[in-house]
Amino acid sequence: MDDGSLGWWGVPLAVLAGAIRISTPFLFVSLGECLTEKSGRINLGLEGTLVMGAMTAYAVSYGSGDPWLGVLAAGLAGTAFGALHASICGLERVNDIAVGIALMLLGTGLAFFLGKPFIQPQAPQLPAISFGWWSGSAQVRSALQVNALFLVGLALAPLLLWGLRNTRWGMVLRIVGESAEAARAMGYKINQVRLLATACGGFLAGVGGSFLSLHYPGSWNERLSSGQGITAVALVIFARWDPMLCVWASLLFGGASALGPALQSVGVTQGYYLFNAAPYVLTLAIMIATSSSRHRLAGAPAELSVTR
Amino acid sequence: MGNALRFSRRSVLKTMTAVGGLGALGAGMPWTSALAKDLVIGFIYVGPRDDYGYNQAHAEGAAAVKAMPGVKVLEEEKVPETVDVEKTMESMINLDGASLLFPTSFGYFDPHMLKEAKKHSDLTFLHCGGLWTPGKHPANTGSYFGYIDEAQYLSGIVAAYSSKTKKLGFIAAKPIPQVLRNINSFTLGARSVDPTITTAVIFTGDWSMPVKEAEAANSLIDQGADVVTCHVDSPKVIVETAEKRGVFCTGYHASQATLAPKGYLTGAEWNWAKVYTDYVKMAQGGVKIPNLVRGGLKEGIIKTSPYGAAVSDAARKHADSVKATFMDGSFVIYKGPIKDNKGNSVIAAGKEHGQTDIALESMNWLVEGVVGSLA
Repeated sequence: MDDGSLGWWGVPLAVLAGAIRISTPFLFVSLGECLTEKSGRINLGLEGTLVMGAMTAYAVSYGSGDPWLGVLAAGLAGTAFGALHASICGLERVNDIAVGIALMLLGTGLAFFLGKPFIQPQAPQLPAISFGWWSGSAQVRSALQVNALFLVGLALAPLLLWGLRNTRWGMVLRIVGESAEAARAMGYKINQVRLLATACGGFLAGVGGSFLSLHYPGSWNERLSSGQGITAVALVIFARWDPMLCVWASLLFGGASALGPALQSVGVTQGYYLFNAAPYVLTLAIMIATSSSRHRLAGAPAELSVTR
Repeated sequence: MGNALRFSRRSVLKTMTAVGGLGALGAGMPWTSALAKDLVIGFIYVGPRDDYGYNQAHAEGAAAVKAMPGVKVLEEEKVPETVDVEKTMESMINLDGASLLFPTSFGYFDPHMLKEAKKHSDLTFLHCGGLWTPGKHPANTGSYFGYIDEAQYLSGIVAAYSSKTKKLGFIAAKPIPQVLRNINSFTLGARSVDPTITTAVIFTGDWSMPVKEAEAANSLIDQGADVVTCHVDSPKVIVETAEKRGVFCTGYHASQATLAPKGYLTGAEWNWAKVYTDYVKMAQGGVKIPNLVRGGLKEGIIKTSPYGAAVSDAARKHADSVKATFMDGSFVIYKGPIKDNKGNSVIAAGKEHGQTDIALESMNWLVEGVVGSLA
């Protein structure tokens, strides 16, 4: 191997770098969805929220010149979508899954429509923080270019876990998710709690979308999201509704996504379709390994329509 | 019912004469109806038409047609390569009266466009990329494509001069003949300068996968590639990633020079404006449209991006001299002996495949020096 090339060491490095680079949208959407589902509702519309967030962030960053303003705008757009989902689902006999699918289509469609003029221009990008200053290798330095949003996501997970377990707000949210009747008997307004939870979930999903358009891969186009939003919703189930497990699931998924290209670049070129499917195979395998026909999924909120 | 079917002999005769006369008129002058009013032309794209790539190149061609007198241009973008494209064609034909259709994506050809062409045998369907075969495909269809690998060969030469690690990276969508031909020509161009150069190929599996393309570019750069290029629908993400990592890149489909002011060397671009305006002139003039149109740099269907600032004088001189031989039609890329990357001889010594040789359009091998495989 020539100088400057890593050879086989490139594969673990690429998986590590991929875990950092690819996982952030998964992390934010799954944390948001975790919060929403803890309140007893599924918001499948987060795919649309993610795309809408990506478009909004790019447009605002381009227009204002400040990428952080774009992140905020993406969060607000997500909040609006979350609130819309919650207020429709708050009506009598409305199915949250059907509303979610409708909002997924609305979100992507609206983002494509409004995003037309922003495909061509280049918007200012979010800065990355270098953690690789200690290394002489350019590859390691590049792999450790960590975006601040990733760190925010990492910090948010234990905070959410703590909040759900130890605060009054967390308790109320969990009661609403576990038994709506008990919550009603205690005098809590179920719809209001769910509205807040879904809106917060939407905010996080919107921020996740801003990472796609403002950092990695870092441009807006109509095929930007290849189902990251919907995958993240599945990751929540995979992570058993535990914010910390959401972090690990997102990292695992990000790392596995990097495996295919990394192997091809070192010359393992046979069967790349299979390697590209690695994240999905992995998800399936873990789901099968940890499922049981005898009891309900551990940690599933009892009010969730899919588990009820 | 019985009553309604009883026509008088006179009315039947009158109707038959009228229909027959119209038919004869139409047959004698095929473009009569089109000349009477504007020629309606439909362009169908598989992705957004401002994607810095494949669709933008076609849309720029359509824009040139739009500027011509006596035409009306319809465009529809993001049409999937499914039965959806048939619906789009139907609506362009039935609602807008289109008589010349350009479904521009590879997957539109078979079976979708062929099916529509059989149904509307009086209209013209021209497809980009497919291989029209007499006897097999309807006479009112045709296909056009350019030998863009000529420009890729030149990009390879420039890349070879710019690379220090002697490793190039190629991010490709799917292992189909047109893509393989670009990879091979790029590599042959580079190895004509320095035979120790290798090209690592990553197939992403589909025409537009931004996250995977960025990941592929990063992996290649981590492995030491210092010039990357691609064959995907929108090279924007790859070019931006290369620029961020501080390596060189060459473009594809359209010019991406503005996206990478430091690292953009040159690029292979389509010049569809020429192809489309030629077709429309033929249609307007009542000339029979050829079923198979092919061409490269010489015919003006392909062009190269202007050299970037980082390209050395030696590289410019070498590439320009080869370009001149392309322009006079004397240069042959696929000249034996050529081995594939498994060591088999694919083109024997002394054998030549000129650009127009359709044997090259079923290429299923990667040339020696490419690190990669087809499945």
